[in-house]
Amino acid sequence: MGKKQLSLPLSPEELATLRAGEQVELTGLIYTARDAAHKKIYARLSQQETIPFSLENAFIYYVGPTPAKPDQVIGSAGPTTSSRMDKYTPLLLEHGLKGMIGKGYRNEEVKESIKTNKAVYLAAIGGSGALLSRAIREAEVVAFPELGTEAVYRLTVEHFPATVIIDSLGNDWYIQAREKFQQERSKL
Amino acid sequence: MKVIAYDHIVEQVAKLCQEANFDLGEDVISAFRQAVETERSPIGKDILLDLIENANIATENRVPMCQDTGVSVFIVELGQDCFIKGGTITNAINEGVMKGYKDGYLRHSIVNNPLTRDKSETYNSPAIIHIEMKAGDQLVIHMSAKGGGSENMSALKMLTPADGIEGVKDFILTTVEHAGPNACPPLVVGIGIGGNFERCAYLAKKSLFRPIGQHHPSPEVAQLEKDLMKNMNEMGIGPQGLGGDTTALDVKIELEPCHIAALPVAVNLNCHASRHKELRM
Repeated sequence: MGKKQLSLPLSPEELATLRAGEQVELTGLIYTARDAAHKKIYARLSQQETIPFSLENAFIYYVGPTPAKPDQVIGSAGPTTSSRMDKYTPLLLEHGLKGMIGKGYRNEEVKESIKTNKAVYLAAIGGSGALLSRAIREAEVVAFPELGTEAVYRLTVEHFPATVIIDSLGNDWYIQAREKFQQERSKL
Repeated sequence: MKVIAYDHIVEQVAKLCQEANFDLGEDVISAFRQAVETERSPIGKDILLDLIENANIATENRVPMCQDTGVSVFIVELGQDCFIKGGTITNAINEGVMKGYKDGYLRHSIVNNPLTRDKSETYNSPAIIHIEMKAGDQLVIHMSAKGGGSENMSALKMLTPADGIEGVKDFILTTVEHAGPNACPPLVVGIGIGGNFERCAYLAKKSLFRPIGQHHPSPEVAQLEKDLMKNMNEMGIGPQGLGGDTTALDVKIELEPCHIAALPVAVNLNCHASRHKELRM
């Protein structure tokens, strides 16, 4: 099956037409952030303070890479569990965030916020960090260097593979895919 | 009496940590290959093939298969006639972990204080170390690099005798159902039954050190492992929770005596990157 090619940042039309279950490849700039960076970003935004990078139309990848070896751009870099970011996510979406890449369920509040803000949630294959890091061509720390692996990196990715899990209509592919598979299996 | 030098253990443990993160065990790889044959979901099959490719890249390039290089968990079988010269076994293992993780470009994933979240100065240590005393003069070190995502979806429950086997099964299956895509399926499910509160958690962890496909020696317990695996693979969660036949690669149970009032059950989920290695001295 051909994967839909997406060049970041996405237009509102592109975001609106993405559908749960679509397999895509991302090319362009994404930011990394996981637990510790989210906590800081959330605290600053809550205080009306600025953060060192713009969330406007941004994509965030939930990842804490391994240290790069001397010949590497970045170490292994697969997704971490997204639900730990749920508490912080709606505020980030209100500040312009349009896409998140991680793995696993999101809560109802996040789903609602994804719908309201016309954003999208994608999953990459958890535990395939060696494979996924091949799609990362550049990596630069742009915020919170003191956080080490949890610092915010700006990544340049090429053909980064992911699956649309929650689309801007609020469809959840984790629920739909499982139901679909169970229905098809019952016919076999 | 056998004498083993402290520094030798440090070196060997460092190597073990790197191998665990770079070289996925043959047991896991063959479980992937087998699942590719049986998986009926096309995307599920693709994911399994990607995981095999990922493991190959990790081995060839000496890079970690997953960015979560884990908490280092050790089960040490220490012979009574074995003497560690130059320091304690615990210090030797922790020093080996620090060296192995730092030199191997593995991730430092330990905070010193769970509440303040201050990062420890000691690279990815302390490790979690369980020591079992044995007869003889052998030292056997089992190491697992245990990921945080699957650990977070693990659960323990103090059931009572009235809950019986049905209650036990129900709790195990509910835990897997609840974990869904979060714990990186296909899973290896470790189960501890009996002991007491902390012992059953240890048993669940210990079961994960058994190679995939190796069932419990008791035929009844082995049958329960097979039945549970069948139930899990009928759930339809599949690889990465995107629908499929392969929700679990294996189910492992360890069982121990317990109090007449008790029926403790612990479910320790492991992601597909079931990294365990062993070292004999």
